[in-house]
Amino acid sequence: MKLITAIIPEEKLDEVREALIEAEIERITVSRVSGHGRQQEIVVQRGKKVVPNLIPKVQITIACNDDFEGITVDTIIRTARHGKGEVGDGKIFVQDLKECIRIRTGERGGQAI
Amino acid sequence: MTWKRVLALAILGAGLPLAAQGAAPANDSGATAWLLTSTTLVLLMVPGLAMFYGGLVRTKNVLGTMMHSFAAMAVVGVLWTVVGYALSFGPNALGGLIGWSRGLVLLRSIDHTILPAGVPEYAFAMFQGKFAIITPALIAGAVAERITFRGWVAFITLWVIFVYCPLCHWVWAPDGFFFNLGAKGAVDFAGGTVVHISSGVAGLALALFLGARHGYPKTAMAPNNLTFTLIGAGLLWVGWFGFNAGSSIASNLETARALTVTQVAAAAGALTWVLLETIRDDKPTSLGMASGILAGLVVITPAAGVVQVGGALALGAIAACACFGMIILKNRLGYDDSLDAFGIHGTGGIVGAIGLTFFIRDSWWAEAAAKAPGWGLLAQLKVQGFAVGATILFSVVMTLLIAFLVEKVVGLRASEAVERTGLDHEIHGERAYGLNNLN
Repeated sequence: MKLITAIIPEEKLDEVREALIEAEIERITVSRVSGHGRQQEIVVQRGKKVVPNLIPKVQITIACNDDFEGITVDTIIRTARHGKGEVGDGKIFVQDLKECIRIRTGERGGQAI
Repeated sequence: MTWKRVLALAILGAGLPLAAQGAAPANDSGATAWLLTSTTLVLLMVPGLAMFYGGLVRTKNVLGTMMHSFAAMAVVGVLWTVVGYALSFGPNALGGLIGWSRGLVLLRSIDHTILPAGVPEYAFAMFQGKFAIITPALIAGAVAERITFRGWVAFITLWVIFVYCPLCHWVWAPDGFFFNLGAKGAVDFAGGTVVHISSGVAGLALALFLGARHGYPKTAMAPNNLTFTLIGAGLLWVGWFGFNAGSSIASNLETARALTVTQVAAAAGALTWVLLETIRDDKPTSLGMASGILAGLVVITPAAGVVQVGGALALGAIAACACFGMIILKNRLGYDDSLDAFGIHGTGGIVGAIGLTFFIRDSWWAEAAAKAPGWGLLAQLKVQGFAVGATILFSVVMTLLIAFLVEKVVGLRASEAVERTGLDHEIHGERAYGLNNLN
């Protein structure tokens, strides 16, 4: 089992989500996060340029069985990227997942995903 | 609506040199105080509307949507004093299509005028100016989340000049042609046709012209903050007392009547809407409460001068049913009137302007019959129907022409990228909520 965490641009959420659903990956957790990567965004407030050191992004978290890792990652890369790729398009982290438990039934492992 | 006749005299008087106005009417401090208060209250409705709409859109479009209302305050606030008042309340020009008086440009000729109602004409002009601000702002609800800011600014500028000012002149200027239909004119106390029908049908026309938002109706587009919407609805209710009771341009019995029926209709509308929801979907919602309040307020707007409490209760309840039904119908038909500007303002305005005929108080009928013997329900119904029909036709045709022009010249529909990211960040470079800088 894998735990996939992707940090993507806010405006790409709908597109990514639609593509994931099409690929039959429907179980997902989405949160708003702020962070700092290589991207710098300049904001003008009352004529003064301000560089916020934290930029808002969307984080999606998906737990899946090993077979689905490839399609999930590929789908996110394809839909979250701006054109041929820009600074700020985000990152994907893939981790091994030790255990998954469905609270309702107490099932464990791959069938609980 | 004695103030219209009063204004007729004032406008005739405006042509005379100042020296000849020796017997100028005295200022009535009571009437003036209430008119100034009402003016302030009506302006309060605009941020109220901004909150109402701002709460209903998605998180990425909050500021863009609120800016539509605030843009109306800025743009029409200037436009009204420059030419708007002259176009609306000047004497007939172009065969009565619009009013015009050079003296009223920049309100120059009213610097010393006290109207026969005992109020300074400045107060009247500013009061009317607030109506001109809120009317185009209402349209924003139909096209929320997909319109460019500069397109919107261009649109409302043209719309006020070519739609609002002519309609305002027809209905409220003493030589306007709706004002002189039938025995006692088409009844439109505080703007059912001018404000609500015209903006409601303009919203529908504009929504159809622009097309639906991307993903509508498949993607869920949930309100980001219904707390805002409820506060907005509350502010609108409070402001509406100025809107309706201020329209008497007096501080007397007629004012108190208008205030009473406004309260009653709003409450009846809210109660009915929440009841309908509870019966149909098993849950009374806060959005339903806010919508019912609005439906009740809209329906009583044309009627506030002529109906009694029973009529106001009935109209509020009927409007809630009609608007509720119209929104269900919209969902079946699938057009994207995003925040139901037509569903509530258009529908409620039409129900009010026609429906009020059945609830007019007896003394009004007696006065009408004294002017035109045998004047009755059917005759008045025809007058109301004509006023509604003409308003719809005029507003829809002109709105489509203006929309076409603006789309070609400055661009009205936001690009897909702007729509996906949201108006707030793409157009204004800001975000509504404090996530852009956690420290």
